[in-house]
This record gives sequence, C-alpha cells and structure tokens, in this order.
Amino acid sequence: MHNEPVDYIQRTLEQYANLGYPPYQWVNNPGDPPFVPLGKALQDARVGLVASGGIYRHGQVAFHFKDDCSFRLIPTTVKLSELRVTHFAYDLTAARVDPNVVFPLETLRDMAQLSRIGELGPHAYTFMGGIYSSRKVKEILAPAIADRLVKDGVDVVILVPV
Amino acid sequence: MSSAYSITRSVNVPRAVYLDFPLGHTAGKPGDKALQRKVMIDTLSALDTIQVPGTIRSLPYRWAATEDWKDQVMRPNSEKTEHADARVERTTDPQYHLEDDARAAELNLARNGCADCIWPE
Repeated sequence: MHNEPVDYIQRTLEQYANLGYPPYQWVNNPGDPPFVPLGKALQDARVGLVASGGIYRHGQVAFHFKDDCSFRLIPTTVKLSELRVTHFAYDLTAARVDPNVVFPLETLRDMAQLSRIGELGPHAYTFMGGIYSSRKVKEILAPAIADRLVKDGVDVVILVPV
Repeated sequence: MSSAYSITRSVNVPRAVYLDFPLGHTAGKPGDKALQRKVMIDTLSALDTIQVPGTIRSLPYRWAATEDWKDQVMRPNSEKTEHADARVERTTDPQYHLEDDARAAELNLARNGCADCIWPE
C-alpha cells in the first residue's frame, strides 16, 4: 500500500529470513508510555538535541560499526562545516551534504533566533544507531545521555533517530 | 521525530511526529531550509499540543510526487542489497567520514583523550 508507511519491522524480518538469521527482537513497550506535559511555554524552554545518525565533529573519534555504545558531545555553537557523518545502515548522501536532515542543529538555532524556543542546551549528544543489543542501549547508553541532559538543565529533548 | 512508523509504534515513545520520507531524512530534505523549518515548527507544536501518551502525529509533507521510492527500500533485489550482509564484516575500527578526520582524532586523543568522546560503562 503506497500511502502506508514502509513497515521496516516487517522488511527486516524478511531480510533476516533471506540471510538465514533468526528474527530480530525489536523493542516493544506495551501500555502507556511515560508522559510528562511540557511545564512551560516553548518560548521559555531550554531544548536538548539527541541524534542517532552517526554524527561526530572533526577532531573526535568516529563511531565504529560493531555495537558502538559511545556518544559524542557537540557544542550547540559548533560550525556546521566541522560536522561529519558515518553509519552503516542508511544512505549518507543527504546527511553529508546537509547534516540538518539527521541533526537539525541549525534549524533549532533558527527556532531560538525566531523565539519559537527559549534556547538550546550547551551540548547536543550524538551516537550511531543500529546497535544490535537493545539491552546495552537501555542499560548503558540511554541513562548516560539522560544524566548529561539533566545536568544541562534542559526542559525538553528532541530525539532524532534515522 | 521519526521516519519509521512501525518501529516508533513498537518502542512506544511518549509522543512523536512521523515524516514519511526515506531513512536518512528524518528532519527534512538537504538544502531545503524552508521545509526543515516547517518540520521543526510542527515538531515543536506536537510537544505543546499532544495530550494522549503514545500519539504519533503524521506530518503532511511528501518525499516525491509518487510513492515509488517505497518499493526499493530493503527489498532483496534492490540496489541496497550490498548492505544485507554488512554486519559480518563489522569491526571496532572507527569509520571516518573524511580521511583527515582520523589524524585530527589521533592528535586530540593524544592531547586529552578526546574529552568530548564518552564511552559509558
């Protein structure tokens, strides 16, 4: 059905079956997710940015392709020309031309300039998704990034997966 | 923000916006600042207005005049097939975007251990 979203879970299932792999165990969280209403106007909010598209800054160690659970701090004042992108699982063409497609930093800076948000936090946090072990993400990577965001004092975080 | 509806549904995040674009374009098209801004304004609006936990709001933007791109995504006979067995060759060597990045990172590592690279345990 063309107007329907691409069902990546189903297609991954088919791809793994073709390769003779056992089915991938996608994360499934039933029930109501935790939900905290935004307690203030966006115009007054400090906004965080977390992206999984494999973005790093020139001078930083790049990500590797074997369940890399590390992350990078990128100052939200960084020049876009210093941003790099690496990942094994998606077409990087667009991201390498314009990192904003997977890391909307400049877009968020514009939002601050236009007073649609209060400000950005001091750092954006980036890692490379496609980490096979969801357990490692849940127990190691996500809490480490969440701790940083709390210390940064952000009110809300924009998550940008690929 | 998401371009993978089924995955976001399964993870069941507090709130999301869904952009029906090929993976690698979660926040818009390259060089199209106007579209990128619209997508972000809608994203911020979702934060303000979604009341029901787990809501995924679909955004109205289309990737192309037709939906033909969806036929090529992760299909065994598509040109992307070379990615299918990429996982057997994975190593822990950093995969640099540009050649010069490796040298810059080595200098940075020698200087301060790359203080803004975090390896959590």
